Amino acid sequence: MPESKTRQWKYVFTIVFAIILCCSLNNPFCDTVQATELRGDISLEGFLFFSDGAWDDQEKQSVSMAANIEIYHEFLSNLTFTLTGFYRQDSQDNKRSHGDLRLAELLYYTDNYELTAGFGRVFWGATEFVHLVNIINQTDQVDALDGEEKLGQPMIHLTVPYDWGVIEAFALPWFRERTFAGTNGRFRPPLPVNRDKTKYESSSEAQHLDIACRVSTNLANADIGFSYFRGTARDPALLAARDSKNNLYLFPYYQQIDQTGLDIQLIAGEWLLKAEAYYRSGQSRSYLATTLGFEYTFTGIVDTMIDVGLIGEYVFDDRDDGWLPTVYENDIMGGVRLTVNDMADSSLLFGIIRDLDNGSTIIALEASRRIGDAVRLNLESSFFLDMDYHDPAFAMAKDDFIKLELVYYW
Amino acid sequence: MISTSFMSRLYFSTALFSLSLCLFTPSANAETAEEAGLRIALEAALRHDGFGDYTANMTMTLRNKQGKTSTRLIRTRTLEIKDDGDKSLSIFDTPRDVKGTAFLSFSHKVGDDEQWLYLPALKRVKRINSRNKSGSFMGSEFAYEDIASQEVEKYTYKHLREEEYNGTLCFVGESYPVDRKNSGYTKRISWLDTDEYRLRKVEFYDRKKSLLKTLTVGTYQQYVGKHWRADSMDMLNHQTGKSTTLGWTDYTFNTGLTNKDFNSTSLKRIR
Repeated sequence: MPESKTRQWKYVFTIVFAIILCCSLNNPFCDTVQATELRGDISLEGFLFFSDGAWDDQEKQSVSMAANIEIYHEFLSNLTFTLTGFYRQDSQDNKRSHGDLRLAELLYYTDNYELTAGFGRVFWGATEFVHLVNIINQTDQVDALDGEEKLGQPMIHLTVPYDWGVIEAFALPWFRERTFAGTNGRFRPPLPVNRDKTKYESSSEAQHLDIACRVSTNLANADIGFSYFRGTARDPALLAARDSKNNLYLFPYYQQIDQTGLDIQLIAGEWLLKAEAYYRSGQSRSYLATTLGFEYTFTGIVDTMIDVGLIGEYVFDDRDDGWLPTVYENDIMGGVRLTVNDMADSSLLFGIIRDLDNGSTIIALEASRRIGDAVRLNLESSFFLDMDYHDPAFAMAKDDFIKLELVYYW
Repeated sequence: MISTSFMSRLYFSTALFSLSLCLFTPSANAETAEEAGLRIALEAALRHDGFGDYTANMTMTLRNKQGKTSTRLIRTRTLEIKDDGDKSLSIFDTPRDVKGTAFLSFSHKVGDDEQWLYLPALKRVKRINSRNKSGSFMGSEFAYEDIASQEVEKYTYKHLREEEYNGTLCFVGESYPVDRKNSGYTKRISWLDTDEYRLRKVEFYDRKKSLLKTLTVGTYQQYVGKHWRADSMDMLNHQTGKSTTLGWTDYTFNTGLTNKDFNSTSLKRIR
């Protein structure tokens, strides 16, 4: 798409945003209630690594502070605006000190459709360990290793609910680049990723208009979603180059892809079965990725209120051609989730991920409990065992860590 | 869900038992205890139904053996579905770290209920297996099966007797879960007042047939001139000494809720 044309999308986006606002203000069918809510959280977090970093300039511990602030305003009962701003200051990694507009979303809905415009967040998927089909939002990788933190994605999102399910359409006018750890950060490749040198396949670069749609349905015992995405891949290839001083560096290269996805959550007796799959073309050769698994819960074990959930998943990815390596090629995952059901809502998750081809193994532990009414204590720990140097996660082989986080909600 | 309606359906009786003896002479036609139990349960359901929809605010207070308490504020929305179980939505306002979490449930007269949990931080809707019904609802002494819409078809019944409880004449009867495999109970004994078929007390017996919990219902208020709803309920766990009190305020009937307020789209915009 030529540059001028993509610029136009910016204006279209802004105009639609404004039109929704104006139209709905004049809508006589809406109740005129106004309400504003302000809330947020502040967190303090400390990382302790068990060994020195594998790469130069990495530190053995770090501390950071982060805050989320959310403003919610109801113009009408069916016209609202939500803004969530995020900022983190990290003691070691200047790339981890970063801010983001997680949400800045105008929402308008009627009985027949829902329209949002602005920075939004969308989740597609079913499984617990790996989220394959979830592609709308870019991963804020420097903020959370597990990929659960996402950057706000500019979008116009139309949702039309029917009795049988939901049809959604997305226009994504700006692309958000993935975040990466800086030179002093842990969890990074041998060379830091230089985002100043980012390259795109599309000449429109970050202005490329990505589109997506999704059809989902809730059956008596299954939730099924079909999705399609056409646009800039969220996961870049990391390529090496030399700068003017002949120093090697890595830069992200974002290609144009087509991805057709499927996600299923299915109830089979006492079992909860989950599967996700996508077929993607555009990054080297076309390939298929699949993950499937189960969750089984024992409630109130040994006369306590504790629930024990067992999770088993498998992921397979046939892109094995070295161009775009993935951590999850042929991996099996197991997890045990303890829900204590006490006043503090304590929980514990133990997980293990093992590459069936090269034996690389990651062990993860997450524990959490509330202290008082408004504070939550989170503990997270990961160990990287027998990491094979062919595995992209090999770069983190020395990054065994324990993380303690205290979050105050206000 | 989690409404007082919640068990007003469990019942039993034989107010009409002696009458039936007079009408249909020889005792060959007499109603069995099971038939009487079912009849009372159906009558209680009939009196409970026809509310259409309502919203209410609920406080859930967890109390441990030492008397330490912790409170959750929950908004509830319920829609009656003709010829099937209710649809209900519970939205957590506190504790603050779970604010916005929502639980959506479609109960069914026959077959498993459908349940989803909405996690606002991830904008994720997760399916829940409703067969985990014996599990604790959000750390409380109420199990998922206690807070689910109590459809008559989910239990079988047996009328025991009539007796006075707290100065009110009550039908006392047993009910047994149809889904014996997944229920945490072997039986429940319920006290239902003979005036309005309102639930007054329930005793829950665990899988080992020992007394596990007792539910005591507080004062009833009548809304819109017909619907009786309790102000509070207290569930005491005899085996752990812990208890949970549910209190309701702001009951509003005929709020105009429809099916469209109980789908995945509306779930994701819950505040």
